[in-house]
This record gives sequence, C-alpha cells and structure tokens, in this order.
Amino acid sequence: MTSLDTQGDPILLEMRSITKEFPGVKALSNVNLRVMAGEIHAICGENGAGKSTLMKVLSGVYGYGSYTGDIVYQAETQQFKDIRASEAAGIVIIHQELALIPELSIMENIFLGNEPTKWGVIDWAEARKRSMELLARVGLREDPDTPIKEIGVGKQQLVEIAKALNKSVRLLILDEPTAALNESDSQHLLDLILGLKGKGITSIIISHKLNEIEQIADEITIIRDGKSIETLNVKRDGVDEDRIIKGMVGRTLESRFPDHEPKIGEVFFEVKDWTVGHPQIQDRLICKGSNFYVRRGEIVGFAGLMGAGRTELARSLFGHSYGRFIKGQVYKDGKPVNLRSVRSAIDAGLGYVTEDRKSLGLNLLDDIKTTTVSAALNKISNYTVVDTRKEFSVAEEYRKSLRTKTPSVEEGVAKLSGGNQQKVVLAKWMFTDPDLLILDEPTRGIDVGAKYEIYGIIQRLANQGKGVIVISSELPELLGLSDRIYTIFEGAITGVLDKNEATQESLMKLMTSARKTA
Amino acid sequence: MNALKKLFGGNTRQFGMIFALVALIVFFQIFTGGRTLTPGNVINLFNGNSYILILAIGMVLVIIAGHIDLSVGSVAAFVGVSVALAMRDWGLPWWAGVLFGLLLGAVIGAWQGLWTAYVGIPAFIVTLAGMLLFRGFNQFVGKSNTIPVSKEFQFIGSGYLPEIGPNTGFNNLTLLIGIVAAAFVVIMSLRARAAAKALGADVPELWVEVTKLVLICGAILYATYLFATGRPGTSFPIPGMILAVLVLIYGFIADKTVLGRHVYAVGGNRHAAELSGVQSKKVNFMVMMNMSILAGLAGMIFVARSTASGPFDGVGWELDAIAAVFIGGAAVTGGVGTVIGSIVGGLVMAVLNNGLQLLGVGADLTQIIKGLVLLAAVAFDVYNKSQGKRSITGMLIKGFQRNNNEIKPDETTSTKEVISKEA
Repeated sequence: MTSLDTQGDPILLEMRSITKEFPGVKALSNVNLRVMAGEIHAICGENGAGKSTLMKVLSGVYGYGSYTGDIVYQAETQQFKDIRASEAAGIVIIHQELALIPELSIMENIFLGNEPTKWGVIDWAEARKRSMELLARVGLREDPDTPIKEIGVGKQQLVEIAKALNKSVRLLILDEPTAALNESDSQHLLDLILGLKGKGITSIIISHKLNEIEQIADEITIIRDGKSIETLNVKRDGVDEDRIIKGMVGRTLESRFPDHEPKIGEVFFEVKDWTVGHPQIQDRLICKGSNFYVRRGEIVGFAGLMGAGRTELARSLFGHSYGRFIKGQVYKDGKPVNLRSVRSAIDAGLGYVTEDRKSLGLNLLDDIKTTTVSAALNKISNYTVVDTRKEFSVAEEYRKSLRTKTPSVEEGVAKLSGGNQQKVVLAKWMFTDPDLLILDEPTRGIDVGAKYEIYGIIQRLANQGKGVIVISSELPELLGLSDRIYTIFEGAITGVLDKNEATQESLMKLMTSARKTA
Repeated sequence: MNALKKLFGGNTRQFGMIFALVALIVFFQIFTGGRTLTPGNVINLFNGNSYILILAIGMVLVIIAGHIDLSVGSVAAFVGVSVALAMRDWGLPWWAGVLFGLLLGAVIGAWQGLWTAYVGIPAFIVTLAGMLLFRGFNQFVGKSNTIPVSKEFQFIGSGYLPEIGPNTGFNNLTLLIGIVAAAFVVIMSLRARAAAKALGADVPELWVEVTKLVLICGAILYATYLFATGRPGTSFPIPGMILAVLVLIYGFIADKTVLGRHVYAVGGNRHAAELSGVQSKKVNFMVMMNMSILAGLAGMIFVARSTASGPFDGVGWELDAIAAVFIGGAAVTGGVGTVIGSIVGGLVMAVLNNGLQLLGVGADLTQIIKGLVLLAAVAFDVYNKSQGKRSITGMLIKGFQRNNNEIKPDETTSTKEVISKEA
C-alpha cells in the first residue's frame, strides 16, 4: 500500500514537480514535496512563497487539471477534482480562517455536511455520542451543545481537529494553526498534534512560528518564490531557527532587528488610574487602574497573554473605542487631554494601528492613495473639498519612503501582500503626524523580510521624537524592539522592565504573575 | 479592435453600461422607425423619469453607505400631498410650498436617520415601516382625494426653459447651456490630464483623450439639438434642469469632498472608518436624511407634472430607484457605486420603458423584460468582478484616466495577491 524510500521508511505522499499558474503569474514552479507516513512535516516560507497554494493543490481546492505535476498518495497517483475527493482519501485541510459556523453548536459543526442519519433523519443521539468521543480525543472539555461563538479561538481550533478526526483522517494539513492562539492554547494544540502522530496520523503544518516548528516537526520543506528549496531533517541536520530563516529568505539575516540608537527624551504622555468596564458584562473590569508613561523617542512594549487586556487598553485610550464606564486621566505634555472620541484622540496626537488589519484597519475596496489620507483628510482638503493632486503626491511620498511594493498608488489595497498592506496602514497613521503611535501586533501575518522593514520604520518614528507603544504576542519581537516593557495580566499592569533587564523568562513570569500569587 | 480597447479602458466589456445604453437607443431608433430620437419623445422621456433619477441620486448614497431606503415612494407621496394641501389651504405661494416640501422631507429624513443611525435598527426595517407609515399619512391628510396644484407650481414639473433672444429657430437658452456644458467637459478633462501628467501619473495617449471628448461632446450637442428643436413652447424641461444641477452637486460631493469620502468609507468598512476618526453615525444620519429630502423633491416634481397630488403617487418608485442604482454598478454590500453610474442605470431603464411603449409592447411584457435586464446587468457586473476586472462602476469612477494599470507579473506579485485577485 505504501512505497518505501531509500532508507526503507514508508512514503505517504509525494508531490512531484507541481506547477500552478495564475493568469500572469507562476505561483508554483516544479515544487517537490515528500511526506513520510507518521511524521510531522512542516512547510516554511515567506508570505506569498506558495505554501497555501501548494496545500490547495493537494487538497483539491485547485482541482486536477488546473496544475501540472503528479500527486502520489498511498502509492497511487491521485487526481483529486475537489475537496470531497481528497477528503474521501483521508486528506483533511484546516484553513487559517476557521470554517466553523458561529451560531451552530460544537456538535452541529463537527457533523456539518457529514451528519449521521437514520432513515434520512439526523440521528442526534449518535451524533452526540460520537462528538463526546471526539472531544475527549482532542482534549476539549465542553458541552457539545455549546454554540461555537461562545468558545475561544483555541477551542475552536480543537473543534476543527475533532471534525477532521470524524472524517477518519490520515493526512492532516494545518495552515497556520497557532496564528491566533495564545501560548498555552498553542502548546495544547502542538501536544495534540504530537499525540495524533503517536496514533499514526501524519500532519503537514504551515507556520510562521519557527520555534514551534523546531519543537514538533520531523522534517521541514522550505519554499521560496514558488520553488521548493530544500527539505531538512530536524534531528539529523540539527536545524535551528536561524537555519530555517536562512532557507526562507535565501540569505542569513545578520540581525532580525535593525541597529538602533535610542534617543530618549522626557516623559510626555502619562496615563493614570485607567479603568475600563466590559462593554456587555456588568461589573467586569477589563483594565484595572493602569498607570504608565511614555517618553519622547521611546519604544514601549506591552507584553501579555492573549485576553490580558492589551488591545482593550489601547482601544479604550484611543477615543474610547472599546469598553464602558471608562475612568482615569491622561496627560500629554503635563496637561490633561480629552480622548472621548476617535476624532479627538487623533487631534490630540494619537494614532492606533489595529491588530486586525483586514476587518478593522483597512477598507479593502479602497486604493492605496485613498487609504493613506483617510485618517487625515482635513490635511489635504480646502473647505472640505479633497485636493486629489495632494492626495496623490502624499501617497506617492509614503510609497517611496516606506518602500511599498506596488505598481502604483492607485492599486487596490486588497491586492497587496500583508507586509505591504501594513505599510499602507502605517503610512495612513504617519500622515496624521501623531506624537504617540500605538501599534497593536504590527507584524502579525507578515513575512520575515517585511518585518525587518517594519521594525526599521518604527525605530525611525521613535528617532523623530515620537513615542511608540508596541503591543505584541511575540516576546522576541518586544525584546528586540522595545526600550522598556510593561507586562499586563488580567487587565492589570504587573510590572515594567528595562530593555537590559528583560528576558523571555522574566517577562513570562510577570505576564502570569497574578496567577501564581493567587 | 485595439483602438477600441484603448478608448474604452482596457476591455470593451467594461464599457458595458454606457455601451448598453447607446445600443438600446440605436435599437429602438431603428425598430420604432425613428420615433425614439425625436425632440418630443426625448423631452417626454426626461419629463417622465426625472423624479426617478432624482431618487436614484439619493439612493446611491444610501446604498454606498450600506443601507437601503424602501420608503422613498411613500415619502414622496406624503410630501407631495402635504405641499398641495399647504398651498391650497394655507395659501402658500409656490416657492414657499417648495421650501415647505424640502423641510418636511428633512424632518422625515431626520426621523428615519435617527432610528437607523442612532438607535441602530437596520434601514431595511426602518424604511419598510416608513413605507407603510407615510403611505398612511398621505392618505390620511389627503383623505384619499386628488388635490390640484397651481399653474406656477406646475412649472417645476412641466415647465421649459423660456424663449429669449433673437429667433434662431432654436431655443437659445438650451443651445447656450449645451455649448457651455460641452466646453466645460473639454476644459475639465484637459485640466485633469495636465494635472495627472504633472504628478507623473499615467495618462492615456492624446488621441484617446481627443476621441473620447469628441464622442462626449457630440452626444451633448446632439441632445442639445433635440431639446432645442422641439415643438414651439418646449425646450429643455425644468425637471431635467433640476436633475442636471443635482447630478453636478452630488457627483462633486461623492467624489471630491470629505463627506463623500466618509460615505464610501463607512460603507466599505464601518469599523475601519470609525477607527480612522469617521463619525459613522453622523454619516448614516446624513445619507438617510438626504434621501428623504430628495424624495420630497421628487414627489413635488411629480405632483407638479401631473397637476394634482393623489393617494397612489409614488407607488413602486423605490424599486425603480433601487434598480437604477444596481444597474449602475453599486454593490449590495455597500462601499461601491457612483452618482453618474446610477443615472446611466436609470436611463437604461427609462429608455427601455419608453422604447417598448413606442413598440406597443404591453405592460406585462415590459415588466418581464425590465426584470431580466436588472438581473443580467448585475450578473454581468458580478461576472466581470470575478474575472478580476474592474467593475463598471470602478471604470465609471476613474477607469478612463488609467487604463493600463493591470498588475504586471513581476516579482512583487505573490501568490497571495493572485489568490485575492481570483476570489
């Protein structure tokens, strides 16, 4: 049933010289991938390298005939014409954006499109029994009747896996499974994947989190610019993160952060006793009397686990755009400022780059130039009439200075890659000329090369004397970038560390500290 | 063929809507034996549809902002009857009647805007309620009677530009307006071209620009000729004049002002707009209120044209206005649409109506054909978008000036982009 490679290991899947073209562009060219039965195989590459496209070819999203090359699975050449065909063969893909229906229950989602029936009527008793078993297998302790929208992303991910297990999966493909998860949920998921491996389920995992890959993968295939570059055996080749990065970008990154000589001035922004209530739940506080300050030219990091209230703190400051019963004082240059609406916050010199670029940061129907000026239209208009020439030249200026890759500033933002979209969002806020820029997960979903550029932009802003707050889930990023780091746990600031005293361990301790004392 | 492509923006299909309009006109001109493009018929066409087109102007803004207004027919009818009554019973002069009507429209709009923007009830529901509410009000205050309006008031619905100056065989004022309009178009295009060049943006070749201008000016001047040579006493109709002024004003607002930008921003992504400092509630309130003001105006023009207000004025207008907007390329999900596009969409429907009537096609068949045209137009647009081409709307907004910006397959094009293009 399975063929063997030269060392006698069984090969589960082999994709041979896969080429996939879209009108005008070759997304994949002669990509080869070989996955052994029972291993965890990671696929690494920058955004846009072709990882997701390759998985879509494998799972039949791009059906047989739309690509060239062979897919040999379980020693047979396969011609999957759609997802159903690949699922019938035991290949299940879990996409980055989860395909769950929020209003339906866990059980209904698990069996969606695959409902157990008796005489054509759904057999809910059977469904319940089986979903209990499946939930136990993935280690999710929830009532199968709980609506999906009431459980967190981490648990939703587990439901997706339960759904895959229900389809008697042999090859599980996970596209960025931990991108939206916090550390403990991620760990749980990784353990689960390892557990499935023990039960003979082969996994292909796509991830930007190289430390996770290093931790669980047996083999790593690196894809760059639509070509398969190399396949590394983690144990045999002694692979570490730097090695993977070298393969991904085709060069060794000397440093993941640009050199930066901080020029820190006096304190100009101060928040005192900032308290925010939950928008729906009475008496629940999301921020509990936070105090912090930012100095001119300083990059201040905010570390905290997901759900600790970092984003909520930032958004409540930025024009009260989150929460109720907001109390506390904000001082800028020693004077109290009013931040009651987003408009007044912008006028007071604040900018906020959201973590959720697509649903909160951008109007995907807009083009680059419209987006660039959208938060400061008053700067390019006379008597509320927009000066489209100024608009064009402003956008052009930022395109050049931020090196946004685009044929023209009249291109739609939806067509840009994540890194370039983020540059457009940064341009939009830089054009408002803020004194304090709050960046919420500024490099989420952005590839290594673009990250480096974004870090450079952030440092340049700080050197212009602006204060920058960086909220990030990636501790190495905070450590590399910040001059000072605050830690948040359950809505309260639990500590502040200087650049030279902060380590991943010390931060982690503070980020979870209240839990330990409680 | 190549030349055509350059002229029409990369792809002839993108020229769809205007092309369809021209084709329809030519079709009917041939099959009605020349009865379509006669002064009398064209004047009629404008007179009989200007109020729908005025509604379409307001409706496109509502739809861009992501809402819908089902109440416009009822609001128009209520304002119409109220104005007729106010002039008859309170003795208001015609101009005070018009002001009163606009004010009443604004009050109704404020009411609907309040529920939509500040209470957060979907506009579909608010205006569905409004549709019943104001139809009821119309029949309540008018006691379901017809109420005649004065001759002066009728001018706004059925008047024409007056005859002035020497007898040239044409209506001089119409002629003047036509020539000024053509000159305006030429000057604006050349200025825009010069400005784009100065900024280093791509401009089409000169002959493309010139041919385009010749075609547009030709159309304007031909229309001028038709309007100016009608039977004595007729010329460019007053409702058409009002419409033209509104198109200019609203086209400018939508395209060039901060408020217009905000409407598109709220419709495109409300949350992103709010986090950029846009006051989305205010924007929603404004578009809803504006719609009712224009509905009031349309109602008054209709009453003036039909010399009296009645209990069934404006029935089904909302559907005509909405159809015009969607044929004109707006998106159901909001964020997309243009004033000009909607006018063209409305004209397509109007020409279709008129031509079928001239051919003696019954009302039943006319409705069937109109329904199919609406479906086909939107399907065509959806298909084009799914092919990754700019929609008709996109083309109408800015397509002419920049034809050759298709992403070139180079190293900046990653799979992500291609996939999103595909989707």
